[in-house]
Amino acid sequence: MPLVTEISPEVIEQEQVYKEMGVTEEEFLHIKRLLGRAPNYTELGIFSVMWSEHCSYKHSKTLLKQFPTEGKHVLQGPGEGAGVVDIGDNQAVVFKIESHNHPSAVEPYQGAATGVGGILRDVFSMGAKPIAILNSLRFGSLQQSRVKFLFREVVHGISGYGNCVGVPTVGGEVQFDDAYNGNPLVNAMCVGLIDHGDVQQGVAKGVGNTVMYAGAKTGRDGIHGATFASEELSEDSESKRPSVQVGDPFMEKLLIEACLDVIHHDALVGIQDMGAAGLTSSASEMASKAGTGLKMNLDWIPQRETGMTPYEMMLSESQERMLLVVEKGREEEIAAVFEKYGLEAVAVGEVTDDKRFVLEHQGDVVADVPVDGLAEDAPVYQPESREPAYFQQSQRQSYVPEIRNPRNVLRSLLKQPTIASKEWVYDQYDSMVQTNTVVKPGSDAAVLRIKGTDKAVAMTTDGNSRYIYLDPETGGKIAVAEAARNIVVSGGEPLAITDGLNFGSPENPEVYWQMEGAVRGMSEACTKFYTPVISGNVSLYNEAFGGHAIYPTPVVGMVGLVRETAHITTSDVKQAGDLLYVVGGASPEFGGSELQGMLEGKHYGQAPELDLETEHRRQQQVLEAIREGVVSSAHDLAEGGLSVALAETLFKEDLGCEVEIHGDVVTELFAETQSRFLLSVTPEDAGQLEELIPEAKFLGKASEHGRFHIIRNGATVIDEPIQTLKADWKGAIPCMVKSEG
Amino acid sequence: MKFAVIVFPGSNCDEDMYHAVSGVLGEEAEMVWFKEAELEAYDGVLLPGGFSYGDYLRSGAIASVSKVIDQVKTFIASGKPVLGVCNGFQVLLEMEELPGAMLRNRDLTFMCHEESLDIRNNRTMFTSQYGTGETISLPIAHGEGNYYCDKETLETLKANDQIVFTYRNNPNGSTADIAGITNEQGNVLGMMPHPERAVEELLGNEDGVRLFESIVKNWRETHAVGN
Repeated sequence: MPLVTEISPEVIEQEQVYKEMGVTEEEFLHIKRLLGRAPNYTELGIFSVMWSEHCSYKHSKTLLKQFPTEGKHVLQGPGEGAGVVDIGDNQAVVFKIESHNHPSAVEPYQGAATGVGGILRDVFSMGAKPIAILNSLRFGSLQQSRVKFLFREVVHGISGYGNCVGVPTVGGEVQFDDAYNGNPLVNAMCVGLIDHGDVQQGVAKGVGNTVMYAGAKTGRDGIHGATFASEELSEDSESKRPSVQVGDPFMEKLLIEACLDVIHHDALVGIQDMGAAGLTSSASEMASKAGTGLKMNLDWIPQRETGMTPYEMMLSESQERMLLVVEKGREEEIAAVFEKYGLEAVAVGEVTDDKRFVLEHQGDVVADVPVDGLAEDAPVYQPESREPAYFQQSQRQSYVPEIRNPRNVLRSLLKQPTIASKEWVYDQYDSMVQTNTVVKPGSDAAVLRIKGTDKAVAMTTDGNSRYIYLDPETGGKIAVAEAARNIVVSGGEPLAITDGLNFGSPENPEVYWQMEGAVRGMSEACTKFYTPVISGNVSLYNEAFGGHAIYPTPVVGMVGLVRETAHITTSDVKQAGDLLYVVGGASPEFGGSELQGMLEGKHYGQAPELDLETEHRRQQQVLEAIREGVVSSAHDLAEGGLSVALAETLFKEDLGCEVEIHGDVVTELFAETQSRFLLSVTPEDAGQLEELIPEAKFLGKASEHGRFHIIRNGATVIDEPIQTLKADWKGAIPCMVKSEG
Repeated sequence: MKFAVIVFPGSNCDEDMYHAVSGVLGEEAEMVWFKEAELEAYDGVLLPGGFSYGDYLRSGAIASVSKVIDQVKTFIASGKPVLGVCNGFQVLLEMEELPGAMLRNRDLTFMCHEESLDIRNNRTMFTSQYGTGETISLPIAHGEGNYYCDKETLETLKANDQIVFTYRNNPNGSTADIAGITNEQGNVLGMMPHPERAVEELLGNEDGVRLFESIVKNWRETHAVGN
């Protein structure tokens, strides 16, 4: 007999208990139709998490279909734990990005840590060895003490988990804006390496085969995490702390080793991690993908606590757990693989042919639902879309800043936390373990060599949400273009992307309009650059305290292939005397710029334009020049424009520069016009560069004197010791984090 | 020369250590799971970095009483070289094969970057290929690398020339800037910086190569007759 008396189906219906689980009345009726009766409490729980936005993508499915997902390199597109892309020599990279926004808002350390743990499992459950972690973080204003706390603890959480599991955290991005004050964004990306033949699938094939459970025991943590992630944050969110999972990176490390061993065992049929919605989603998805049914006996589930109900077990999001399907009769062989690492792997059920998901507990059938009802028959909505009033209004506004002292403006820009050095962050991450990291955090993209070959992979995360707010479609294109630029300047050829779509409530037509535009823009850019979307994650309902939606924030995680390690390029100018070139001219584009945010405290006007043709041509030219060995350093121009990009490239070697600009000072120095690159070459290579990239415009040269010197019409515009600028840039974040308040 | 890289549950620099001695230096090396260890056949033991047993209890504490440890002790007593890096150093401290203890970093955060180190003693079997007073650069990556010992121990370390590496710019609060020490006999070296991460030009640093070369050279010299 169950120890706890559960709420009866009658009471569920009469008192509309389903609403507490985020199930609407209409959805409840739908469940009744699918079952031919009212669900019991456990069944309702199962439906509620499987039909949550987080698991079902019910509000975003139709949009996601727009993404190009196929390409000649793609071995596995969306639908499995992570996407797989060929990199030649029978090798492939496996990658995906995932959000952990809501948990991180209420419990930042564990929220961020388990975000890392979850994305790692998505990758190694594919059979790949995780070789790198990246992240994309958004916080509110660092002036606020709560934001400081969130920032510190999120970074600690990523560092605490990632460092322990022995996967280097090699890159990412952090941006700050008031739009994220109550709702930070924590997106983690993992990249794995695999041989083609080792790619696994999460399928429950073969009727009669055994379902095994491996890893940590199931506890009461994270119950209803997926539902929590599918609603707006509110003052009650603090009470959802039990919905936040607790991570154990040591367990994860053992699980990685054991799973990478077990994939070579021929008794293994399918493997999937237990992520959002835990046992429920992993088991039902594995059956759904294979077109089978699945029966489990919950008495056999390893439990951390006593007296757990079926509802609690099925909805727990305890971490570091995997579900396996193995050939019947060979369970012991599989268990032995886990045993080496001190891990438990036990049989908990079997694959059936009736396409039903059946759970037994203490002799009773406690759930019996159709597998397809949970996955394929989940509701799909076509939300209403409406152009927000701010859009047209903003489009009509023009903004050109007035600046008297470019030197002071540059110094202030370098201190903006979005631009300032993120060393305080990445110094806390082990970026070198596994000894593959050729380009460490701080450059445009991280680059890792592939041992045993002369290849390398470049990887980055990017996404400027202010442009997307002002113009979702253009902003969406820019997000992909900027990521591709990061890959190209590092010497890589963009291969594919994973998308992390972070938005407010899709039930708000204006938010849905943002989603539509962003996805359209991203899709166009992906098509143009031949970088299909191979995996991704949708995080909606990012709204805190009374409907303040975040800026629409699709994040692009991109991986590129560097054909030869000799092509690897960093953003730092290498030596005095090297010549500086800029590819692409500036226009007076300041809408959504860092400068506008700094001077005006808000963003309005038009996002910078992006011409995909121009962008693609320049990327190819820059990559060609890099492969020809002409380019000493390459950097993409982003927040803060040319002046910031120039300063950043000089800091590492403490070089100065003698640069002459023509045209309007403010535009030349600070405009955020897209599709631009800053290159340096040795004087001997200058001729060849000009041939390869006719558009490249000579700016000046790097100098030994350590002064950042810019002139126009013979008059000095800025003349500042590089050390001063570097101190501003390096000191800003440590100073803000340590200050009281 | 044949190395054993001991793998504890949670070790994560084991493959890097193996790659350094085997892939880069071309010496014979094997990864040895802590439960299966038979160390007699090896000429050198490498205790890698990582988070053995998740750093639970204290860094290195649980590994220091695990199954392989008796064998490591015998190996040390035989005078053969044992190198412990990062978590390996912490294990050697917990085993009391090296004096002192490790505290959390002064700023209480994990840190990962390159640090300048002074070679304080190049007359050890681990450092003979470095120059006296030479400064090298090696990566550090630790949250608990703040070496502590009492005054008396420090005096002994100094008197016996057991301090091998010191930090130029002490990053973690270590007593007397200590980054690495040997035992009195000189056949056990514990160090927080990671020489195995600095053995290839492609990764931007080769300062660690000579540490492994020193070990190999010493072994070749002492085993010249056999060859």
